[in-house]
Amino acid sequence: MTVEALYASLGLSLPELILAIGALALLMVGVFLGEKATGLVNWLAIGVIALAGIVLLSMNGSGVAYGGAFLADPFARFMKLVALLGSAIALFMTTGQAKLYNMNRFEYPVLILLATLGMMLMISANDMMSLYMALELQSLAAYVVAAMNRDDVRSTEAGLKYFVLGALSSGMLLYGMSLVYGFTGQTGFPEIAAFLSSGGRSLGVIFGLVFILAGVAFKISAVPFHMWTPDVYQGAPTPVTTFLASAPKVAAIAMIVRVVIIAFQPITTDWQQVIVFISIASMLLGSFAAIGQKNIKRLMAYSSIGHMGYALVGLAAGSLQGVQGVILYMVIYMVMTLGSFACILAMRRPDGEHVENVSDLAGLSQTNPFMAVVLTALMFSLAGIPPLAGFFAKYFVFLAAIQAHLYALAIIGVLASVVGAYYYLRVVKLMWFDDAKGSFARPEASLRLVYSLSGLFLIGYLLIGGPLGAAAEAAARTFF
Amino acid sequence: MGLQTLFFYLFAFIAVASAFMVVSARNPVYSVLFLILTFFNAAGLFLLTGAEFLAMILLVVYIGAVAVLFLFVVMMLDVDFAQMRAGVLEYAPIGALVGLILAAELIIVVAGSVFSPEIAKTVPMPIPALSQRTNTAALGDVIYTHYIYFFQIAGLVLFVAMIGAIVLTLRHRPNIKRQNISQQVGRTPETAVQVVKVRPGQGL
Amino acid sequence: MDGFFSTYVWPAAIMIGQTLLLLVALLIFIAYILLADRKIWAAVQLRRGPNVVGPFGLFQSFADLLKFVVKEPVIPASANKVLFLLAPLVTVTLALAAWAVVPLNENWVIANINVGILYVLAISSLEVYGIIMGGWASNSKYPFLSALRSAAQMVSYEVSIGFVIVTVLLCVGSLNLTDIVNSQRDGLGTMIGLPGSFLDWYWLPLFPMFIVFFISALAETNRPPFDLVEAESELVAGFMVEYGSTPYMMFMLGEYAAICLMCALTTILFLGGWLPPVDVWFLNWVPGIIWFVLKATLVFFMIAMVKAFVPRYRYDQLMRLGWKVFLPLSLVMVFLVAVTLKLGGWA
Repeated sequence: MTVEALYASLGLSLPELILAIGALALLMVGVFLGEKATGLVNWLAIGVIALAGIVLLSMNGSGVAYGGAFLADPFARFMKLVALLGSAIALFMTTGQAKLYNMNRFEYPVLILLATLGMMLMISANDMMSLYMALELQSLAAYVVAAMNRDDVRSTEAGLKYFVLGALSSGMLLYGMSLVYGFTGQTGFPEIAAFLSSGGRSLGVIFGLVFILAGVAFKISAVPFHMWTPDVYQGAPTPVTTFLASAPKVAAIAMIVRVVIIAFQPITTDWQQVIVFISIASMLLGSFAAIGQKNIKRLMAYSSIGHMGYALVGLAAGSLQGVQGVILYMVIYMVMTLGSFACILAMRRPDGEHVENVSDLAGLSQTNPFMAVVLTALMFSLAGIPPLAGFFAKYFVFLAAIQAHLYALAIIGVLASVVGAYYYLRVVKLMWFDDAKGSFARPEASLRLVYSLSGLFLIGYLLIGGPLGAAAEAAARTFF
Repeated sequence: MGLQTLFFYLFAFIAVASAFMVVSARNPVYSVLFLILTFFNAAGLFLLTGAEFLAMILLVVYIGAVAVLFLFVVMMLDVDFAQMRAGVLEYAPIGALVGLILAAELIIVVAGSVFSPEIAKTVPMPIPALSQRTNTAALGDVIYTHYIYFFQIAGLVLFVAMIGAIVLTLRHRPNIKRQNISQQVGRTPETAVQVVKVRPGQGL
Repeated sequence: MDGFFSTYVWPAAIMIGQTLLLLVALLIFIAYILLADRKIWAAVQLRRGPNVVGPFGLFQSFADLLKFVVKEPVIPASANKVLFLLAPLVTVTLALAAWAVVPLNENWVIANINVGILYVLAISSLEVYGIIMGGWASNSKYPFLSALRSAAQMVSYEVSIGFVIVTVLLCVGSLNLTDIVNSQRDGLGTMIGLPGSFLDWYWLPLFPMFIVFFISALAETNRPPFDLVEAESELVAGFMVEYGSTPYMMFMLGEYAAICLMCALTTILFLGGWLPPVDVWFLNWVPGIIWFVLKATLVFFMIAMVKAFVPRYRYDQLMRLGWKVFLPLSLVMVFLVAVTLKLGGWA
């Protein structure tokens, strides 16, 4: 690679460079100022993410960098913005919470920055090798933050489980990649596609594809690779769960989209079957297993498994509408998740005790009516009831599935969301029709801001849905 | 050529034999020592193929650092290994099966060039001959140019691993005496020495 | 059959001959280095040192050798016999094996390999195994503690040694030891118009690294003030507590061979190897090997002096020095050297 090519590459990956250098610099700030600098490092980290976002917004066009390893295109930019937003909000919600969860350490924002960097690289990956390394960067940081509260048995267990199962899935992913490389002789996505379209489809490639999909399905916690999700969500400190449930999912879905739509585009029928299966299994399990859950974080875990299933419905369609649906779904999912977790973080008794049982929400309408209204909107939206944002998210992916003649998938999806509505509505019923067991402390300003904004987004989606949909379509057009 | 072949079989045989001993040795310290022997012979094999840089790095990194830590841990562990080994025979068939599958798959992957010979032509970066460029320089040529991106990300991954290890294990214990070297060195006679005139027979 | 002789037998015979010659020379050198160590130590403390065997005690080391060899080796009953006896062997073999790539003069080297410096680094990083194995196999508390200490110590200082070597390699552009020496024919001195001299050697431009390397070499070879491995006031004699007679002698031999190796390495990396101090005809006339030995002996003299007048470090101070001072310092130097070379147009 010539020096000019390297400089051009650096320019294309400027937001990533900002994050990387920012993380290194903030670690130094933290090390030299000590534990008392946690708040400062946290705000600075948000600043770094914001800066990266601004630079990202100012970029346009598309280009390949680092000899084909890194790709900057409209799809990547859109998804990166969403992921950056998710990380920034997750950090913003931690600002006032870190002390309460015994994780008041300056390494936390630094690790989140590095995880965010990993996500950005995942979204931009244009080569099996860069995909794997970016994924490892993101996951490794996530394992550490999950075990952050090391004096808590549950948190340690969550970190360990996440790590062991994550390592297993990385192994599968790597194995699949090596098979694909062995049978195509290529690691770059466009090169793999070129090889496959010139009649390179063979059993080995299909094997590799299945392993790769299994590996990435693990990262988005899709069935049958979901078993870590409830334990990790419940065990990790809630601010960490907030992060794990939001931005990394967006990045992982973006990564799957890119892998199957670019690299394996010539063998669409092959991956479609796998995606359809994963999608159906996730939707069904997400709906049925959540019914018995008492802990709200576990409930959200199963809910997120189900939502990943819905998002994959759009991908299964493999069309422009499908990808657009997936993008919109992920945006709306992230807003809903962040809002819900803001409410969960706000579930704190006046004496400072954190509660996380669904039943603790009983009578919220009497003790904190505003939060109850927002949470109701969130639950309705998660269930997919019109005219809230969640409905449109599902509408677009099902529409794409029907247009792609995947009728069975669409029907099962609709049925699963009917079942899923039951447990969301149960939360609403608890809040409005049961007697309060105790009140909550007044939530922090940052939490109130986040859940109000997310509620506003969900209710007002009809107004802003148009431009957002157009932006998503522009991003999806990258592939078609 | 004959000498090379002889050394190849020597290294290969010892490597495989000591790898077998790694799993079958009764004493875990022996296992680690056999592991070191395996690494050593692997380095020899690297040398035979002309990959001198990799051979030396294998020695420095794996034997000089990683295996030392292994040995450290194993020596400090107080585990009843006889008990741990009780189930080995039970699981032997499963282990053998996994090994067999792995071997078969490796053969398939390695033999990929036989199944589709055109793939061999797609290797993006042909290695220059040893006479033209030493392989240290050849590695540098690609790592710092074509693969700079992967190299840097690998660095970041290791960076995260380091932060993680520190975050999860480092505890600042209070009530412990620490030496502050700069403070110590910064002391002057004025702050450290007190001259007291003691009269004979009176003491302080 | 002729082909067989000319391709295999003769080269092998020559190589074995060279190896034997080097080994004998090295062992005699070590015998006198050992004596010098004791003499210098004694002189600093105003003692006479060994002065009975031979004139000025010159045969003392050989007498010691005989004494060790004819004594009965004692193996503790609870020791792990195989490892117990293997440990000194490993130590001495590795310490001597590293000499295969050391160039004593232009083309005076047994194996002139491309990655010579890495080979030396690798072998010296393996030397820790002799100590760990010995300490563990003795099945006794003091040796074991000492083995753990030494493992941590050697691994820590290898890091900074590695970085110091990297700074030199950046200047040279080759990992071959002969190339490293030859690249010191011109440097800072010739740049300002002087004839080739000791000012061209790397000790001057890389002065901080020269010091770091020297101190790390002390730590790497467990020399005072970093001889915590065998700190007699705490650990009796460290990992050698249970050893006696020939195995003990082999440990000592390995230790001093490693020290000589570090002296030779300092000479090659920083003091211009076999190059004469000033490039004039009568100094050039002196064989390179003499210069090499003189320089190595000078380095050893410094090592011996350090032993005589620097008090022993405490363990945490040792670790602090390695990780918190040398590591950052050498990292910064690697960066600075690379930037300087790039901006100065030398690389």
